[in-house]
Amino acid sequence: MIKLLSGNEALAMGAYHAGVKVATAYPGTPSTEILESLARHDDIYAEWSTNEKVAMEVAMGAAFAGIRSLVSLKQVGLNVASDPFMAASTMAVNAGIVIACADDPGIHSSQNEQDDRHYAKLAKVPMLEPSDSQEAYEFMSYAFDISERFDIPTLMLTTTRISHSKSVVQVRQEQTPPAKQADFHYDVEKYVMLPVYAQLRYSLIEERLTKLAAFAETFPFNQVSWGERHLGIITSGVAYQYAREVFPQASFLKLGMTYPLPKNLLLNFAAQVHRLLVIEELDPFLQENIQALGIKVTGKEFIPRTGELNVDIIEKASRSVGLLPEISSQPLKDMSIKLPKRPPQLCPGCPHTGIFFTLSTLGKRSSLTKSQVKTAKESPLVITGDIGCYTLGTYSPFNAMDTCACMGASIGNALGMEKTGIAKKLIAVIGDSTFMHSGITGLVNAVYSEGQITIVILDNRTTAMTGHQDHPGTGISAQGKKTRAIDLEQLVRGIGVSDVRVVDAFNMKQLRNAVRGAVDSTELSVIIVRGTCAMLAPKGSASMVIDAEKCNLCGICLQLGCSAIQRGKKQLYIDSALCAGDRCTICQQICPRQAIHLKSRVESVKLL
Amino acid sequence: MKKLDILVVGVGGQGVILASDIIGETALSAQYDVKKADTLGMAQRGGSVISHVRIGRQVYSPLIKKGEADILIAFEKLEAARWNDYLQPGGVVIVNNHALPPSSVNVGNEQYLNDQEITSILKQRTDRICFINGTRHARELGNVRTLNIFMLGSASIFMPIEIQAWEDSICRHLSPNICQINIVAFRKGREEMRNAHLG
Ligand SMILES: Cc1ncc(C[n+]2csc(CCOP(=O)(O)OP(=O)(O)O)c2C)c(N)n1
Repeated sequence: MIKLLSGNEALAMGAYHAGVKVATAYPGTPSTEILESLARHDDIYAEWSTNEKVAMEVAMGAAFAGIRSLVSLKQVGLNVASDPFMAASTMAVNAGIVIACADDPGIHSSQNEQDDRHYAKLAKVPMLEPSDSQEAYEFMSYAFDISERFDIPTLMLTTTRISHSKSVVQVRQEQTPPAKQADFHYDVEKYVMLPVYAQLRYSLIEERLTKLAAFAETFPFNQVSWGERHLGIITSGVAYQYAREVFPQASFLKLGMTYPLPKNLLLNFAAQVHRLLVIEELDPFLQENIQALGIKVTGKEFIPRTGELNVDIIEKASRSVGLLPEISSQPLKDMSIKLPKRPPQLCPGCPHTGIFFTLSTLGKRSSLTKSQVKTAKESPLVITGDIGCYTLGTYSPFNAMDTCACMGASIGNALGMEKTGIAKKLIAVIGDSTFMHSGITGLVNAVYSEGQITIVILDNRTTAMTGHQDHPGTGISAQGKKTRAIDLEQLVRGIGVSDVRVVDAFNMKQLRNAVRGAVDSTELSVIIVRGTCAMLAPKGSASMVIDAEKCNLCGICLQLGCSAIQRGKKQLYIDSALCAGDRCTICQQICPRQAIHLKSRVESVKLL
Repeated sequence: MKKLDILVVGVGGQGVILASDIIGETALSAQYDVKKADTLGMAQRGGSVISHVRIGRQVYSPLIKKGEADILIAFEKLEAARWNDYLQPGGVVIVNNHALPPSSVNVGNEQYLNDQEITSILKQRTDRICFINGTRHARELGNVRTLNIFMLGSASIFMPIEIQAWEDSICRHLSPNICQINIVAFRKGREEMRNAHLG
């Protein structure tokens, strides 16, 4: 059977066909679709874990009981999971564990750049890097076999272009292996990492690395394809695809297993080519490890270390060092007319809009009358932020986020600032999924430390940013089943917060009063702003319209950054196809001239 | 056909990804090698959406090189101008004659380009420019969401694939209740392009 699959779909199918029975993940671009695909199978257990650390721990538990398990996460997710990941590399895994980790070179949708190949070396675990969906599919069964044969987790590393590109996959027809009976066999030397036992295990690890390196020599996807011998290229992952296009005549050593390295294969290849080059994205990981084997090789001297690679970039870099001839043809015309940018923005009817308008105006970052506007610098509030759709509150027109570090950081960051004795008021803003992921411990800490900060939890009932996954607050499992929901309000009260205000995300008066009250209060306050994500809620039956006679073009409604409110030639109007209507009504509530009201959609189309 | 590089661009919510998925799968069913890459930026949230589809005997890179696309399909005018540098000299541009002004334009911080400016940018690469009223036709069909399939229909006459393969593939991708209206949109788009003269 032939299919066009994304790398993530292929990884999921590969894992399924390899007999994975427990799959865990926390969503994160570009890895999310791996678990989403696996969750569709009824005969395996799949969960959105609270965070990546928990995901890793659940997968380890399954493996201890003899069942193959898969963890999927994005590159920074492995930071969160790194503690149990390092433990898993030391302990016995019993059944296979594969960690599918998706890097994001170029930071398309992450908070920092990070080359997770280094984790393989740190944890001394084998690493596979597919270069297309076919390999993503096929590598999975190898990854599980390697994990079991060497009693160690296998790291399956992809990048955005592997995970999110679709390419052709020849799918094996065979059935998945039957489920094994799970059982756990008492063996403290393998499973209890007291120092005495961990010391024993650690001495095995070096031995195991040597065995893995020997295995790498025979791994069938460490492939040489001979072309002309004047140039030999060592590469892996998507970089292989680009390099193949730039140097169609060269000889290639494509590594499917990039840690540990196959020393003899590399020496042999190096000896047979005149000039040896490594082409890889981000850090010189292959290059330095190959150099450490005593092989002379270049690459990162001229191939960029930042951002993604592509055919253009490799060509240009290669020209700069004479690997390709200079081009004599006319360069294409420069088309750099300044085009209006189109950054992502909150959707019409987004439950984050009202609170950010409130924070922005109360913080005097935008204002109801132009004269009062201060710069974010002069604002009496400091708003520490977090990661999710709401991070878009950073942009104009709100300018209402001052920090964003990593998931969960908003609460600790606010507390730390407060403890310096700063004169400004502190507000931490965090999404519901992010709060479950890593905000809870920050809140416990803030209560314990008698912080007086205000924490705004944006409860839009989903993990919107990564494509609407459920989380413990929604009460629905990754496989669509009803499960127990964690009640946010009870949770926060249980931690010891007594000033808890639950407000409607679309009620501007409530929002304003809650933020004012919480900021003025001398105790730690939590505001839960509740409103369903616009993409999950049905559109209201009607649309808002602007009455041109009453509107004096003051532009305050434009401060909402709502894309349904548009500027016509002479008047402002609301696009009824975009407007969320009576579900939202925020613009109506803030219009100082009462010029906005509801109209049935049919009528509003006529008005346009 | 040696290779065909198609760039599909638009704005979040316009159905760019579905259109490019259909192109990819249809080409696969016609025995070509296919690679396809979508770039969404931080999220769809109203930002630019770009999808690269590469078709050929054997395709390596999933990304089209700048200046090499054979066809640029733009669901929005400004996006046509933005991504025009992917087009090869003399390539085909199909533009939905429809503007979705970004928020910076609405707030008054930036200016949307006028049609002349857009055309002059496109002309830097090619004279084979076709503006079609996709959004208007889709509205007339009674469902604006058929825009992507209408655009696909327009572009399909430049691809060496049988009409039946297209229509089968569209039906595989869409739920039965909206399949028929989309087939109509596809045929309309094809017809529109037949009648249009490039230039
Ligand atoms: C460690 C880590 N894991 C995952 C992600 C990907 N990610 C970014 S924001 C986010 C969650 C957003 O959900 P929520 O906090 O509910 O905000 P919303 O997008 O719904 O507004 C996720 C999973 C990340 N950036 N870092």
